[in-house]
Amino acid sequence: MVPPFVPFLIAALLVPALQGRARSVLVLVAPIVGALTLVGAPEGVAWQLDMLGLTLEPVRVDRLSLIFGYIFHIAAFVGGIYAWHLRDSVQASAGLLYAGSAIGAVFAGDLLTLFVFWEVMAVSSVFLIWARGTPEAIRSAQRYLVVQITSGVLLLAGALVHLEATGSIAFGHLGLDAPGGVLILLAFGIKCAFPGLHSWLTDAYPQATPTGTVFLSAFTTKAAVYTLARGYAGTELLVWIGATMAFFPIFYAVIENDLRRVLGYSLINQLGFMVTGIGIGTEMAVNGAAAHAFSHILYKALLFMSMGAVLHMTGRINGSDLGGLYRSMPRTTVLCIVGAASISAFPLFSGFISKPMVMTAALEQGYDWVWLVLLFASAGVFHHAGIKIPYFAFFAHDSGIRTTEPPVNMQIAMLVAATLCVGIGCFPELLYAHLPFATDYSPYDASHVLAQLQLLLFSALAFAWLTLSGLYPPELRSVNLDADWVYRRLGPRLVGSAREVIGTADAAVRSAAVGGLVRLGGWLARVYGPRAPAGAAWPTHRTVAITLVLLGGYILLQGG
Amino acid sequence: MHDQRIRFLDRPENVRRLLRVFYVVCLGLIAADLVYHRHVSHPLESMPGFYGVYGFVACVLLVLVAKQMRRLLMRDEHYYDRRDGGQ
Repeated sequence: MVPPFVPFLIAALLVPALQGRARSVLVLVAPIVGALTLVGAPEGVAWQLDMLGLTLEPVRVDRLSLIFGYIFHIAAFVGGIYAWHLRDSVQASAGLLYAGSAIGAVFAGDLLTLFVFWEVMAVSSVFLIWARGTPEAIRSAQRYLVVQITSGVLLLAGALVHLEATGSIAFGHLGLDAPGGVLILLAFGIKCAFPGLHSWLTDAYPQATPTGTVFLSAFTTKAAVYTLARGYAGTELLVWIGATMAFFPIFYAVIENDLRRVLGYSLINQLGFMVTGIGIGTEMAVNGAAAHAFSHILYKALLFMSMGAVLHMTGRINGSDLGGLYRSMPRTTVLCIVGAASISAFPLFSGFISKPMVMTAALEQGYDWVWLVLLFASAGVFHHAGIKIPYFAFFAHDSGIRTTEPPVNMQIAMLVAATLCVGIGCFPELLYAHLPFATDYSPYDASHVLAQLQLLLFSALAFAWLTLSGLYPPELRSVNLDADWVYRRLGPRLVGSAREVIGTADAAVRSAAVGGLVRLGGWLARVYGPRAPAGAAWPTHRTVAITLVLLGGYILLQGG
Repeated sequence: MHDQRIRFLDRPENVRRLLRVFYVVCLGLIAADLVYHRHVSHPLESMPGFYGVYGFVACVLLVLVAKQMRRLLMRDEHYYDRRDGGQ
């Protein structure tokens, strides 16, 4: 079996040598060839090598890695169509390398291979942010890179601790008690945007290029979800972390103005459902996490594509600047609404067939409070991603912006993603057949459909009431403080104050030293100066007398 | 590029009509709960209209709390630009 990341690697190297359409074709060929290597791939370790006394398994195939492998190929393909019009070899090459390394990561059978792909993901993806070229994007990309590399360093440290203690570098179930387990969880947690470690995502994703954000939204966080499912399924701590992730970002999403940042917050909210499922750890829950990752990648890419199309065509992305675009972008509007319905888990759309698996598992395992939080988050996600995104971009007040639909390739990419969202929503068994564990779960029964419709439509009712009564907070040009404040403001401020204290102390020590030297000089001048007792010229007779005394004394002592 | 056509949603009376349809659908969903007994796994679920009430209350709370968060968290949009990074 050819390792699935190889076609991406070759294409990434070839891209700079090609021009125009040939390059765009190659970007699409790589995921197709990669996907063909997965068809009929036997489960087990496909490639093993012994190096430096370590047993490395660069390609290990099982059902958990396969489902993530499939969706990563689909995401790379859809992203490739979306970026077809680009004439930028750096973004094309970086995108391929990024997708390839994410695929490499989910098929990595050992921690060292995982570490290598983990770092390639970080380094390749940062170019998609840099490529935007604005000063904000460049600074944001630097922060992004520091955080991502930190995650890699923690992973390597954890892997080495694990190797030292167990003699094995294999990547299987770890748990918190495994040697290095906490370090590795922290590494995964950074890329999975755990609460407090999340703000690299909402900082950097909205700064990337319109096409770059589509790639970014698919790979890093879902590769992290995969590694959590592999290493930490059933770790109860993750239930609480996941519930927090599902809960807190929706508040930020309501008051955020940049619509791609709103999607960033809702991305974390959706990751929360997956992390909760992994923490619960039953077959149903892990299936739910994997299924939700699969459908999430599609609808989140679709939503980011529709907002990317708006940004691409109007140059604007703030809710306060947009509105009324359905007049000039009706197709984009409809495709965006498909994405919105999918993330909100409307029946017949993809979210509906994956999210309830996690919620059902939560109830089955007695996590009643977690279930209530997830239900709150489900209503909230409809509110901010399902309604707010399409409403403020395409409806609301007419911003006066008149534009056209985005380039055809962008529309095709959105159409492909939308078709997949509806396809999975209508025929869930297509997805269920490929989940890590066999399942007979059926989302379509009258009770579930009715309950979900009630939840969603009454959330919409709340939106309608709040908007009509003027209670809904207006979109405002603003920055909302989040965890990145710690390293963007507090840190620099502390460093600034520390520099001040050290500077003051340093100045005091220096001036004291200089003062001491000046005083010493004065004393020396007083004692040895031309008119001082020790420095004045002596008369000859006195000098001769002293010399005699000294010489005489010396001779006497010698003689004695 | 200046498309001045009046569209369906541009007329306020159409929007009002759509909203009325929407209210009726909401009422219908609650009514369905009284007729049809959903099978439940949590005691709260058996309350008729539980999901509707929960969704409505959750969203109102969400928005009102988020609105208050602005007092604490909101800064002007150039907050980080002023002394951010090597400027």
